[in-house]
Amino acid sequence: MDLYEYQGRDMFERHGLPVLAGGVATTPEEARAIAERLGGRVVVKAQVKVGGRGKAGGVKLAEGADETVARATDILGMDIKGHTVHKVMITVTADIAEEYYLSYLLDRANRTFLCIASVAGGMDIEQVAAETPDRVAKIAIDPIAGVDEAKAREIVTAARFPAEVADQVADIAIKLWQTFVAEDATLVEVNPLAKTASGQVLCLDAKVTLDGNAAFRHPDHEALVDQASVDPLEQRAKEKDLNYVKLDGEVGIIGNGAGLVMSTLDVVAYAGEAHSGVKPANFLDIGGGASAAVMANGLEIVLSDPSVKSVFVNVFGGITACDEVANGIIQALALLEQRGETVTKPLVVRLDGNNAEAGRAILNDAANPLVERVDTMDGAAERAAELAAAGLSRPEGQ
Amino acid sequence: MAIWLTKDSKVIVQGMTGSEGSKHTRRMLAAGTNVVGGTNPRKAGQTVDFDGTALPVFATVAEAMKETGADVTVIFVPPQFTKAAVIEAIDAEIPLAVVITEGVPVHDTAAFWAYNVSKGNKTRIIGPNCPGIASPGASNAGIIPADITPAGRIGLVSKSGTLTYQLMYELRDFGFSTCVGIGGDPVIGTTHIDALAAFQNDPETDAIVMIGEIGGDAEERAAEFIKANVTKPVVGYIAGFTAPPGKTMGHAGAIISGSAGTADAKKAALEAAGVKVGKTPSETARLMREVMSAI
Repeated sequence: MDLYEYQGRDMFERHGLPVLAGGVATTPEEARAIAERLGGRVVVKAQVKVGGRGKAGGVKLAEGADETVARATDILGMDIKGHTVHKVMITVTADIAEEYYLSYLLDRANRTFLCIASVAGGMDIEQVAAETPDRVAKIAIDPIAGVDEAKAREIVTAARFPAEVADQVADIAIKLWQTFVAEDATLVEVNPLAKTASGQVLCLDAKVTLDGNAAFRHPDHEALVDQASVDPLEQRAKEKDLNYVKLDGEVGIIGNGAGLVMSTLDVVAYAGEAHSGVKPANFLDIGGGASAAVMANGLEIVLSDPSVKSVFVNVFGGITACDEVANGIIQALALLEQRGETVTKPLVVRLDGNNAEAGRAILNDAANPLVERVDTMDGAAERAAELAAAGLSRPEGQ
Repeated sequence: MAIWLTKDSKVIVQGMTGSEGSKHTRRMLAAGTNVVGGTNPRKAGQTVDFDGTALPVFATVAEAMKETGADVTVIFVPPQFTKAAVIEAIDAEIPLAVVITEGVPVHDTAAFWAYNVSKGNKTRIIGPNCPGIASPGASNAGIIPADITPAGRIGLVSKSGTLTYQLMYELRDFGFSTCVGIGGDPVIGTTHIDALAAFQNDPETDAIVMIGEIGGDAEERAAEFIKANVTKPVVGYIAGFTAPPGKTMGHAGAIISGSAGTADAKKAALEAAGVKVGKTPSETARLMREVMSAI
């Protein structure tokens, strides 16, 4: 989960990192209250999880409460690269003399963590890294030893931080590492890490990504989820413990196992090329041992997506027995009917592997006119795409 | 012969008395795996009956190894306890630890991996969040269904469980030496490269199927390795060509960030290393069929 800047700033503050005084507002009135509390000149920053907001006009200076309200009014509701601004962060300003860069992140290739540090921070850090890689220091961090005083000094030296900020940067490097570990983050990034005219080093931005797998030891992280931006179908799926991602096509996808479902998306997209360009409408992994109830929940979510015109159920029975899956599908359709939902969208079902023959026989015997059996993954994808394309040309409700 | 897991392997199960652990212990036994016991400190000294096979429960991995000569552990404990379970296995210096558990925090995996390295890499770790390893007809450590395919001369290494089963099924007339599910997490123990190296050196493997998916650059690094070190034919498949950037597709590691980790980049890297890459699982199986028929 990626955090908003203000959430990252608050997290940094809690871990003792130097940040600017400020607050977050969802309305111009709230912005006024913050500006009055802070006093003097402030900066109003759009809170969006996308880069380039400064260039898009999402970061403005304001003098006093009235101007803050005006700038907040301008920025709230603004569209930045498809992201609507619902919140602004307002902080006091800093007189920046130099901009540095500091981050910790997961280094997948080396199965460890990495510190990236540079004295050439700011908006162009990626360009700096590409053109003058020697100005960006990368220091491997042992997950067990972590960042102690000595390691922090190694970072300061490797990135050639000036002597007058060495102590402050070392202290920040230690505290930022502690934040990274304590919060189970996979990324903490400060850009810019700024030196002010008076020589103080401050974290002026905060980019944090948290590990969802660690949620069990961070009950407080749940509150950081931005409910407004969560897709309602994804939210419902999450409540039912289903692994669902909304996509923008027309073929609903249900399968078992993340890799097989990803592969199904590909096969359907290829098949769609010949059928009005239909695409997968979602990713839904029902996992191993799909019971009728799980299948019903999955089907209900996929079918409730108005853009879905056909559904492709692609199951390879490994641990899961296909006869159970077939029963699940039939029971799921009955269950949905009991719940008062009229299913009109066609289902293409491909069952292979463990007990596939028995599963296919169950589907045949049930003879549900909505359920069509196709026994190969490619053939079933083709049929589902064809049905979705036909559904597109039919008026709603027929 | 096979890699890492043979009919002589003696397997213990950490978490054998839990619901997943007991279910799969029964399955592993049914597949002919020589399961010799399990661990649970609270039930040490008891025995658990699995359809007529009574397995002893030990307090620790070290004790289980001492008493039974076990050389493989399969770990089914919940994510909260996985790090401690793997560290216990590393401390016992068991040669192979297969971590099935899904949902392990990446800081925990990075920590047990670093711990293993600091102890001299004496334990091969497979996983976490993986289906395990199966040498058909010989032994099965994990949750890969044992009856999909008989033994044969294809080696398989994969990030994905169900895609592994799919390819095993499509190529069951040829059979497999060993199938290794390395898992789809951002940090894993055994990598594609480790498996490729082992298959290259295994006299009973003629060709290798490598299944990858979006996220990270493991497939690109595997491609470089293949170019320099693998002379046996390799056929590849990558899942997630049409996955949009920024969306995690089920596996914690399956996410395209920026321009990195795309299926197209991985396919290009593999093809540059001489690997034939299928566009779909069935095309991949067809490519491997051609390879095997030509041998």
